[in-house]
Amino acid sequence: MNTYSKSLSTDTDARTRESPGFPATSLLVGPALLVVVVLFGGGLALGLIQSLTQLPTTGIDSLTFEHFANVLSDPDFLNSLMLTLYISATSTAIAAALSIILALVLVSLLEKYRLVHFIFQIPLTVPHLVIAVAVVFMLSPTGFFSRLAIKFGLIGSSAAFPLLINDRWGVGIILAYVWKEIPFITLMILSVLRHTGVELLEVGRTLKAGPWQRFRYIILPTISPSLGAACLIVFAYTFGAFEIPFILGQTYPMMLPVWAYKNYSDVDLLARPEGIATGIIIAGVIIVAIVLSQTLIQAARRRGTVL
Amino acid sequence: MRSLKRNIISTAVITTVALPFTILIIWSFSNRWFYPELWPRQWGLRAWNYVFGTAGYQIIGALVQSMLVALATALISVAIGIPAGRALGLYDFRGKDLISVILTLPVIVPPLCVAMGLHFWFIKMGLASTFSGVVLVHLTFCLPYSVFVLWGVFSNYNPDYEEQARSLGATSWKVVARVMLPLTFPGIMVAALFSFLLSWSQYLSTLIIGGGKITTLPVLLFALMGSGDRPVAAAVSIVFVVPAFVALLFSARYLGGKSIAGIR
Repeated sequence: MNTYSKSLSTDTDARTRESPGFPATSLLVGPALLVVVVLFGGGLALGLIQSLTQLPTTGIDSLTFEHFANVLSDPDFLNSLMLTLYISATSTAIAAALSIILALVLVSLLEKYRLVHFIFQIPLTVPHLVIAVAVVFMLSPTGFFSRLAIKFGLIGSSAAFPLLINDRWGVGIILAYVWKEIPFITLMILSVLRHTGVELLEVGRTLKAGPWQRFRYIILPTISPSLGAACLIVFAYTFGAFEIPFILGQTYPMMLPVWAYKNYSDVDLLARPEGIATGIIIAGVIIVAIVLSQTLIQAARRRGTVL
Repeated sequence: MRSLKRNIISTAVITTVALPFTILIIWSFSNRWFYPELWPRQWGLRAWNYVFGTAGYQIIGALVQSMLVALATALISVAIGIPAGRALGLYDFRGKDLISVILTLPVIVPPLCVAMGLHFWFIKMGLASTFSGVVLVHLTFCLPYSVFVLWGVFSNYNPDYEEQARSLGATSWKVVARVMLPLTFPGIMVAALFSFLLSWSQYLSTLIIGGGKITTLPVLLFALMGSGDRPVAAAVSIVFVVPAFVALLFSARYLGGKSIAGIR
């Protein structure tokens, strides 16, 4: 993930050359674009068509908003949406706050950067499914922490252990996401801090800026573009991912992706277009979030506001 | 004082990263472990015997299936990604911003939405429940990812060496094989490894398009979680995570040391 951020930061100051002409560049970029447009664009378009037609088998002959109307008027949808927004926003916020603290501590450990970098790659590499399984083993009423609590005499039986997985507040889901996403956000912030932050902080110190002033006027403006981009990616991911809420979530209300798949795989084939419609709504929310944040950032830049 | 704070933070970080794996490893080697004992009552290889013995055929089959899907996805991502990354990294042309947006969307929009849309179409084309169908759906997010990595690689690449090779009489194929690929090799490996990892950990899109016929490791692990056999689920989780770690160690080699020049 960090190379992705690096590539984003380096392509602006790259030594780009004159294009060898439209035919040559389109021959180079064309295949990749074609695959993405056909498979990704096609997938979304076909999903949209299926969620707008009467039955997936009859074709486009009867255009209808019925499936979307059914989804949007379903009280389960609203509950799922609220739960999903709450879990995504909370895990992103907690992960971002802890990442800022970690990055600030780690930036002074520059000589050990490669070790830190390596340790942080571990959670990035672990599939979400594996961390979900591990969280069950740790946080379930008969899990590791419950055993620890009994050992130290904090609780008498497993029934006294607070419900942390398949629970109402999504604690297990949030913890799994926070564990998984902190390294990503931290590495995104660190790569900026390492390049520009250290010198600016020196300047701030010689100008006698206090710790809060240094944070507010030097660190925050330096890291905010990467931090914002990282948070957006994490939010979008947690909003649309399936594995962790499927294993760690409760049966009602479900997070949106789980609810979408449940409808999609329902034996009742009429529920299928509603599952697809929910998927389209998820994609829509994420695309709107991307466009909105980009517009806000650009508007702020134009006004000259330091974010 | 400062070093104390650092030590506390390093210990906390390492513990937090290591704890889930430690617990999975202990569970996989426990034969009997009753609540509320903090330690297994009886250690043993029952789960591992099951994974590589009783259910070995099924689990090794899933491992091979996962490996083949991820390798095919990585190979195609890099093969199509190299020319695109080269054009985007080296040249300035109109529409680059638009291309960047088009490539960003599949990285961020969850594969669930795309897989559900593609499924019906794939059934009609005979691609559902096939190996190629699963690879195609993985490509929707692996390919853009590898293009971004290779875009970064080629924006730090100096094509003047190609000019020199050409002036010494090298053919186009020779320039690619003897100059461009060796110079960008570390970056290409990183792009391939990232695609591999993304495909490796994919569950839902494989299940939707593969329809249960293409049983990769995560598909099998989900089925096992339902059975409630904790030691076996832990052992399969470890089998699932180890190839990812091997890939990480491999990429650390390419990311570190001298070769870092390729990706900066």
